Amino acid sequence: MAACKYDYPPAGHHELIGKSIDRIDGPEKSSGRAKYTYDMNPSGRLIAKLCTCPYPHAKVKSVDVSAAKAMPGVKAVLVVQGPGSEIQWAGDEIAAVAAVNEQIAEDAVRAIKVEYEQLPHLVREEDLKRAESESRTKPAGETTTGDPSKAFQDPDAVVSEGYYGLPVITHCCLESHGSTVEWTDAKSLKTWTSTQNVSGGPGQFGKGLRLRKVEVEDGNIETICQYIGGGFGSKFSPDRWGMEAAQLAKMAGAPVRLMLDRDTELMMAGARPSVFGKIRVAARKDGTLTAWDSDTWGTGGVGPAGHPPLPYVLEVPNRHWKHTMVATNIGPSRAWRAPNHPQACLLTMSAIDDLAAKLQMDPLEMLLKNVNLAPEVLRKPYTEELQKAAELADWKKNWHPRGDKTPGHIKRGMGVSLHTWGGRGHFSNCNVIIRPDGSVTVQLGSQDLGTGTRTVIAIMVAETLGLPVDAVLVQIGDSKYPPDGASGGSTTVGGVSSSTRRGTINARDELFAAVAPALGVQPAQLEAWDGKIRVKDDPSKSLTWKQACAKLGVKTIHATGKNPGPCMLTNSGVGGVQIADVSVDTETGQVKMNRIIAAQDCGLIIDMKTAKSQVYGALIMGVCYSLFEQKVMDETLGVMLNPNMEFYKLATIGDIGEFEVHMMTGPGYDERGVIGLGEPPVISPGAAISNAVANAIGVRVPTLPITPDKVLKALEKGAMA
Amino acid sequence: MRRKKDRPQKAGSKNSSFTRRDFLKGAGVTVSGGLLVGSAAVKAAPPPAEGGFVGPDAVPVTLRVNGKIHKLKLEPRVTLLDALRDDLDITGSKKVCDRATCGSCTVMMDRKPVYACTVLAIEAEGHDITTIEGLGSAEKLTPVMAAFVKHDAQQCGFCTPGFVMASTAFLQRNPNPTMEEIEKSLGGNLCRCGTYQGIRHAVLEAAKEMKGGAHGSM
Amino acid sequence: MEPFEYASPKSVQEAVRLLGSSWGGTEILAGGTDLISAMKDRITIPKRVVSLKNVKGLNRVEFSANSGLRLGALATVQQLLDSREARQHYPALVEAADGVRGEQMRHMGTLGGELLQRPRDWYFRNGFGLLAQHDGKPLIPDGQNYYSAILGNSGPAYFVSPSMLAPILIALDARVRLHGLGGEREVELSKFYTSPKTENEREYVIKPDEILTEITVPPSRGAKMAHYEVREKEGLDWPLVAASVVLAMDGSSVKSARVVLGHVAPVPWPAPGAEAALRGKSISEEVADEAGKAAVSKATPLSQNGYKVQLARIAVKRALLRAAKGEA
Repeated sequence: MAACKYDYPPAGHHELIGKSIDRIDGPEKSSGRAKYTYDMNPSGRLIAKLCTCPYPHAKVKSVDVSAAKAMPGVKAVLVVQGPGSEIQWAGDEIAAVAAVNEQIAEDAVRAIKVEYEQLPHLVREEDLKRAESESRTKPAGETTTGDPSKAFQDPDAVVSEGYYGLPVITHCCLESHGSTVEWTDAKSLKTWTSTQNVSGGPGQFGKGLRLRKVEVEDGNIETICQYIGGGFGSKFSPDRWGMEAAQLAKMAGAPVRLMLDRDTELMMAGARPSVFGKIRVAARKDGTLTAWDSDTWGTGGVGPAGHPPLPYVLEVPNRHWKHTMVATNIGPSRAWRAPNHPQACLLTMSAIDDLAAKLQMDPLEMLLKNVNLAPEVLRKPYTEELQKAAELADWKKNWHPRGDKTPGHIKRGMGVSLHTWGGRGHFSNCNVIIRPDGSVTVQLGSQDLGTGTRTVIAIMVAETLGLPVDAVLVQIGDSKYPPDGASGGSTTVGGVSSSTRRGTINARDELFAAVAPALGVQPAQLEAWDGKIRVKDDPSKSLTWKQACAKLGVKTIHATGKNPGPCMLTNSGVGGVQIADVSVDTETGQVKMNRIIAAQDCGLIIDMKTAKSQVYGALIMGVCYSLFEQKVMDETLGVMLNPNMEFYKLATIGDIGEFEVHMMTGPGYDERGVIGLGEPPVISPGAAISNAVANAIGVRVPTLPITPDKVLKALEKGAMA
Repeated sequence: MRRKKDRPQKAGSKNSSFTRRDFLKGAGVTVSGGLLVGSAAVKAAPPPAEGGFVGPDAVPVTLRVNGKIHKLKLEPRVTLLDALRDDLDITGSKKVCDRATCGSCTVMMDRKPVYACTVLAIEAEGHDITTIEGLGSAEKLTPVMAAFVKHDAQQCGFCTPGFVMASTAFLQRNPNPTMEEIEKSLGGNLCRCGTYQGIRHAVLEAAKEMKGGAHGSM
Repeated sequence: MEPFEYASPKSVQEAVRLLGSSWGGTEILAGGTDLISAMKDRITIPKRVVSLKNVKGLNRVEFSANSGLRLGALATVQQLLDSREARQHYPALVEAADGVRGEQMRHMGTLGGELLQRPRDWYFRNGFGLLAQHDGKPLIPDGQNYYSAILGNSGPAYFVSPSMLAPILIALDARVRLHGLGGEREVELSKFYTSPKTENEREYVIKPDEILTEITVPPSRGAKMAHYEVREKEGLDWPLVAASVVLAMDGSSVKSARVVLGHVAPVPWPAPGAEAALRGKSISEEVADEAGKAAVSKATPLSQNGYKVQLARIAVKRALLRAAKGEA
């Protein structure tokens, strides 16, 4: 098959792709010079604060902002949810205030008098019976495939039953949600927004503001986000408070910065839905999975939150799943890195691990045996990744059957899990500019969440033009650049790599056309390599990059590229396998992370360094939700008890253990094109760690986070059994 | 059943030595920090009250930040972090937990690392304050900053300045750290993206670099 | 934070004169990590703040063989960690100080502030009161009491004493010096903490117009000692439980023992039962285990914190075994 025009350069013909390259904005960040939304101080900017509801469920009876309005230094007060509004979670905003500084804004918020009628609430969902008795449940789906009841009754079937779950956790972005906004004239709005969706910003602001009777055209709105302090799926829109900032700015005639306070951030700006449930899973004695039955429930606040795809990855031939949503007043759910997958993975991989224990089988062998139940595209990767991870963990030597028999109170165990994600590149558009002076600029309305998007774009342009990375100026993070997709679902790297490759080849071909006569060849005979434009068959005939660009005369090349487009540059469907190694103190219930091993594929890797960082980060985030995190709600009060960073526990640098990350590359992987990596590695840690703990102590700790009390309780229960 | 922030003003505050009204009257013209909100409105400082109390209105506060003197008028309740970020537009120190937990706001006072979110600006007077802007720049990275880049010890970057500050202060105090010491000393900083793996390597490498002395003391 | 007046006196005498006679109206500011956070959370809304940062002479860490260790209230945790003499003569005290994590907290946190920090209880910190009552009923017994007291928890207080240094200092017979308008007094640290009965009380016997200026620790006289914490996180966090033990030895057997638990009750919790169980014994695995059991024999866990009983028992046992081995 003839190579497609825009294909990535073949193996062995890479200068940059796949190498470990420093992120290009690293110096800006590590020197504190990177400017985030929270750092924007346009001249005369006011500070806005929200007056929030203290109750989980209430009707607003009256709002009196007169005292706040009368305060010197207060420039604008806006009632957001006035009398009659029904509030569904504590922390929801009632009014917003803009003042000359933080202190006065706070004073003004406290001066707002709101009367509420309190309504019944529910904030804890693990007790399904209670939720049912309060009419808080709603079916969220049920499917039967094959004949599960018959399969479970098969006399050859070995059945394992268990209860598993994980609570609601929050995103806890270090930069809270918010915007700094400025009306640059009566009709034009400039917003710095902490967003995963720069190109979508103007449309979101425009629509939101027009709904609020603020006349503005999308085309007169610019959204900027050069740097964002974390998103993880919670920052796809400027949110209601973004509109409020713009309204306050309009009212006050001055720029306004409105960033959520930490407690509000944790209460309402991001939550991952919980899932709890009973699972039965059956296999033949040789470990072949035959039947699955799950009855699960969870909450994502008052609204729906999807359901976990159960059974996860492995399509057990006879299966039934049913999921129930519980409506709670805990604040709304948001997409959290790999929505629904970590939940489904924990439930499935724990249940299979328990079944393997019952079968007295090595769980890694059992997964290998059942890989053929995975979608076909994943079977080979899973097999190779299971083998690779096993090799790195020295699984054969280090794994032991459930329950570490070593004397003493420290028990060590290993657990394995696998996961998948799509990750096809999203729509993307770029401009590639080559100037006669040799300078190269690439522009996209994309954003870098810290994943390395800027760096990947620079590498792709540089590779295509045969230039060093620092020869490319990457301009992103501004809606004035060509529109690009939101960074969610691991779609960015595939999108921007594809559009940039196409755009740069288009630009390069224009340059070749301009240069070819000087070298006395056809443009098709040229290549860009090592800072030169040279003749493929006779590399001695060449021009330096600068000389070549000078041939443009006064013409500047403006090429464009987009995704989707011709040639297979991005793809969907990756696999990954993780093995966790933990030590558990059976006297105190403390779990210590020793190591996590990750084998992960994601098609063609552009920058090995930032790719590995994505995996390290995901594993550490995984340790956080496996051992520490949960949104703690008090049922009497209906409020979150841990809306600060002391009580909302995140792992610190000493809590994480070691990591070994192996990226799958080479034939079978590279030619698939570029696939996203943000979500997949964050899916398995919960299951791998839970399985490792079970392997260490001999019993399952049914729910995350695996805290000392739960470990001790599981041990006690295990001892009694 | 009200959360703290949502509670209305306590009646008790009327008993204080100033009235709420007095404060607000003052606040109108005594906005903190002249730089961004217009210094023309700043009024003269009130004479110290009985017992040497100043405030609650804004009072003159002189801050020496990265070797440069800044004269501000701030209420005593303004934290060093807010003064740096909102009044001086020195934004490398980030506001994240705002409760002495996460370390994103870390600056040095007289070369010692502190959480700027829980230092009152008025108390920083008379001390040398160093923010990350005072250590180096993107063009002139310190060994710690360079090691953070090399080991990719940063993703979104929001915690990074705090980690760089804490690491720098730590290595100045302890040039030969063990991993256990690194983990305890940097245990007052939180990262959400999960960059700890890179940070451990970066700090160890920076320690070697700094001992080499090739890049000066920081 | 609400507005306040601020003063920064140069001497203890001057500072004392600026204080008020009831809690909350005037707060004393030292390191600031706890007070400023509490003020932002409106746990306390002082009209006046008296900073001690410019008071001279309160930051000493001094040791003499005759009188022991003198710790100024403004000395930082880092100073204690850096003290060779403290490390040599009171290794368990330094071990406890090592539980304070993070360069910033170690440099900002003062020893006086460490002893006087307010409870970390999440009902309290969220503004529901020190005693966390709602409609006249305590929230904690049926609420989220995972971190709450397992001893001394018959009410109305259910929070746990937050200090990480108090248990070992009590076990070492430390005293605190308090300066008031009428002069100074010394209080044994073991009698310093109290479980408040009303919202208007605090967790210690110091009066609102007194300043804690110094902590004195008598000579350790070769006692064996250790401090053991069970933590959730290695970084900045407060332990789930801690146990401090100090053993006066007679040859290989215990002449007298001090065993004090931390984070299990509204006050640092001495364990006389454990102390009695140790007297005359030489420390073995069994003896340590028995002492651990004795330390928690009267525990009355709430709905979610039964695990802390076991943790406290193990902490005592492990502290004893460490002390016996000469580890801190």
